[in-house]
Amino acid sequence: MHLDPLVLSRLQFAWVVAFHILLPAFTVGLASYIAVLEGMHFVTKKEIYFRISVFWTKIFAISFGMGVVSGIVMPFQFGTNWSRYADATANILSPLLGYEGLTAFFLEASFLGVLLFGRHLVPRWAHFVAALMVALGTLLSTFWILSANSWMQTPAGFKMVDGRFFPTDWLAIIFNPSFPYRFSHNVTGFYITTGFVVIAVGAYLIRQKKFTEEGRVMFSMTFWLLSVLVPLQIVLGDMHGLNTFKYQPAKLAAIEAHWSPERRAPLTLFAIPDQKDETNHDVIEVPLLGSIILTHDLNGEVPGLKQFPADQRAPVAIPFFSFRIMVGLGFLMLGVIMLSWWLRLRHRLFEAHWFLRLCQWFAPIGFITVIAGWVTTEVGRQPWTVYGLLRTANSVSPSLTGFDVILSLIGYMLVYIIIFPVGIILMARVVRKGPLEAAKREPIEGGQPRAPVITPPEYNPHGH
Amino acid sequence: MVIDFVPLWTLILGAAVFFYVLLDGFDLGVGILYGFAPDRASRSLIMNSISPVWDGNETWLILGSVGLFAAFPLAFAIIIPAVYFPILIMLLALIFRGVAFEFHFRDAPHVTVWDRAFSIGSGVATFAQGIVLGAFIQGFNVAGRKFIGSSFDCFTPFSLFTGLALVFGYGLLGAGWLILKTEGELQKRSRQQGRICFIGVVIAVGIVSLWTPLMDHDIARRWFSLPNIFYLTPVPIITLLLAFFEWRSLNNQSEVAPFIWAIGLFLMSYLGIAISLFPMIVPHHFTLWEAASAPETQAFLIVGTLFLLPIILMYSAWSYWVFRGKVQSDVGYH
Ligand code: HDD
Ligand code: HEM
Ligand code: HEM
Repeated sequence: MHLDPLVLSRLQFAWVVAFHILLPAFTVGLASYIAVLEGMHFVTKKEIYFRISVFWTKIFAISFGMGVVSGIVMPFQFGTNWSRYADATANILSPLLGYEGLTAFFLEASFLGVLLFGRHLVPRWAHFVAALMVALGTLLSTFWILSANSWMQTPAGFKMVDGRFFPTDWLAIIFNPSFPYRFSHNVTGFYITTGFVVIAVGAYLIRQKKFTEEGRVMFSMTFWLLSVLVPLQIVLGDMHGLNTFKYQPAKLAAIEAHWSPERRAPLTLFAIPDQKDETNHDVIEVPLLGSIILTHDLNGEVPGLKQFPADQRAPVAIPFFSFRIMVGLGFLMLGVIMLSWWLRLRHRLFEAHWFLRLCQWFAPIGFITVIAGWVTTEVGRQPWTVYGLLRTANSVSPSLTGFDVILSLIGYMLVYIIIFPVGIILMARVVRKGPLEAAKREPIEGGQPRAPVITPPEYNPHGH
Repeated sequence: MVIDFVPLWTLILGAAVFFYVLLDGFDLGVGILYGFAPDRASRSLIMNSISPVWDGNETWLILGSVGLFAAFPLAFAIIIPAVYFPILIMLLALIFRGVAFEFHFRDAPHVTVWDRAFSIGSGVATFAQGIVLGAFIQGFNVAGRKFIGSSFDCFTPFSLFTGLALVFGYGLLGAGWLILKTEGELQKRSRQQGRICFIGVVIAVGIVSLWTPLMDHDIARRWFSLPNIFYLTPVPIITLLLAFFEWRSLNNQSEVAPFIWAIGLFLMSYLGIAISLFPMIVPHHFTLWEAASAPETQAFLIVGTLFLLPIILMYSAWSYWVFRGKVQSDVGYH
């Protein structure tokens, strides 16, 4: 078997970034949630918000730790596997990544210790400020990294010299055409992802009957939030799609599995795209709807893949299906939200057991949706790393052999396959203990009890 | 008017890498020593001494790597693929070690695989960083703007030796930190470990100082030609003095001094390497100026850096201040 360092590097990047994104998708939302809880506790002085906040802070500590370690891997990927890409794009992308590191990570890293361990070491307002700063830090992090990614999708504000990119207008680079859509769609997606986890945990606590009060607060609060965010996300998604239509027509054609450009185009609900014969099999479609959704006009023309040379087309099936998974799950979420409205009107939100159980099952739905969306975005961009300008094949490190990359890929796979399930198990353990346990005053906060709490006396370090 | 930002960026990047080496150096060192702790309670104490600060410390690694990417991208694009495997090993080890902080506490009553992950991960990450250092000093096989050697070139006797040297070095820093943060038995044991690491460091620094000029004529000329030899003799002399102070402080009752002198030793070794290589950033191939990014890029990032870096330093100092004093594992227990 021939091992291709390019294909393996792509697989490796997809693997490490897909795992990494799971954590921001959760921690960005959770950081904001904790800041809100701390704020409510600070203002209302109600004990319950404090208990819930301490509880989620413990879970946050685990997921944030995993976010950091999986994140450190990421910038090194640009160097180890995509060194030619790094050489070509550094003048533009490096300050964006640099600002990410500076503004965001340091905000987090500096205030994180205070948030996690400092509850009894600093005044209450300082602890609240620390929670706010951590939330702000995660959002700034997202801002810069998505600016970098969006520039690769819809490059702007640059000139090219000898195959390398040079900046001409920083504002145009940062606020490139797809960035506002990508940023708002992602942040909303992250809040939704976290929301469904909080709801699932709330449902669990209500059903366990031990911490019903805490469970209800989480459950109700979060459903209000999602009632706004999920419909908003669908609107944002539509706008994002229109933007893609304008700036990345080949990607859009792949997402829709459209081979020939046409007016009054149908919307393909299901099909098996056939890249070789440039057609689809087993098609289920709704007439006219394609043009309506994509152009907001019955007669609008939708691009087709045949307009682009065969070597400039993405592998159609992957973005086609992943996009449908995302949209399908998005509408499924909307369904759950509508059920909650109905139950709330009938004052049965906390009583309908089938609904609580359903909510528990929906815990991972946001994560799956986010991954599906990203796969659409990134595979749809192929065969380019910088859309239309730099090919993926010309981005990979020249010194790598297939053997090198398969070794590293196996390494990353093994480590992530161990780390992630263990992390999930540990978070589940915190959930099972519940908020009361969590709120007990411990010498060190953030769920890190010091030795005496858990160590039997015979383990005394001083030997007496 | 074009301002030359290269000297400023060299300073900033140099400082960031040095901060990383110091800060993550001591907590990696503490991680290595953790493996030798005799019982559960002292393990918890050791881990608590760094758990509020470690991820802030590790952030300097990101600033270092992204800073290299931003200020000297050509060096980034050549060096990082050239040390493909040491970087991989370092990252995987850091992952294990990083999650061990959380995972260990969740399963506190048992000595688990995570305790081992913590100490072995710390040791392996350190060793891998030492290999990167050794490979960097030796230089890479470059054609045009690309590294064209093999991913295994970086494993040489010299780089393996620098790997080992760094394990002792970080061990010394870690011991210094533990002496500062603990008391009683544990502190005594840390002094003992500090002495062992110190001897390792002295031998290693001595050998590297001889090996490098023997291996590389440019470096030999830099140090031993006239008049350089007059300007540069203070470097080994100060190093020797610092070594003397370090040894003395490890053997008397001072609690702060072992850490401080160890930092001094690191600073001198770092300076030594910088003197050997300046102004090359890809040894033998590209100078700092040749590898620099576009002036617009450097200018754009410097604005925020000069504004944020001091604030960041203040924050970091503040969080060290909040967690100052001895770690108290024994609250409510005696
Ligand atoms: C909770 C998460 C979530 C939900 C419910 C949706 N999306 Fe989404 N979507 C994402 C999370 C996401 C994402 C993971 O955040 C992506 C990946 C890259 C990006 O910018 O956002 C994304 C990408 C993405 C793209 C790709 C744009 C491109 O890169 O070219 C389009 C066209 C849409 N979305 C459209 C929609 C529509 C029409 C939805 C209606 C149901 C929808 N999304 C629901
Ligand atoms: C976090 C969510 C993301 C996911 C799930 C994701 C997924 C992927 C996937 C599946 C590929 C391989 C595509 C292919 O080769 O067919 C890829 C490639 C890549 N992505 Fe992303 N990506 C994400 C975010 C980002 C961001 C934020 C950046 C840059 C700042 C980025 C930069 C790249 C690069 C450089 C490649 C390699 C070259 C290429 O194959 O195009 N990705 N990503
Ligand atoms: C859509 C894609 C991404 C988003 C939204 C994102 C966001 C975040 C966030 C919010 C964090 C903070 C840790 C946490 O909350 O768990 C983080 C950590 C990190 N990310 Fe990403 N990231 C993405 C992809 C990437 C990529 C492609 C890189 C590579 C340059 C990267 C580099 C890092 C690093 C180095 C860290 C650890 C920094 C620290 O907090 O110490 N991320 N990321």
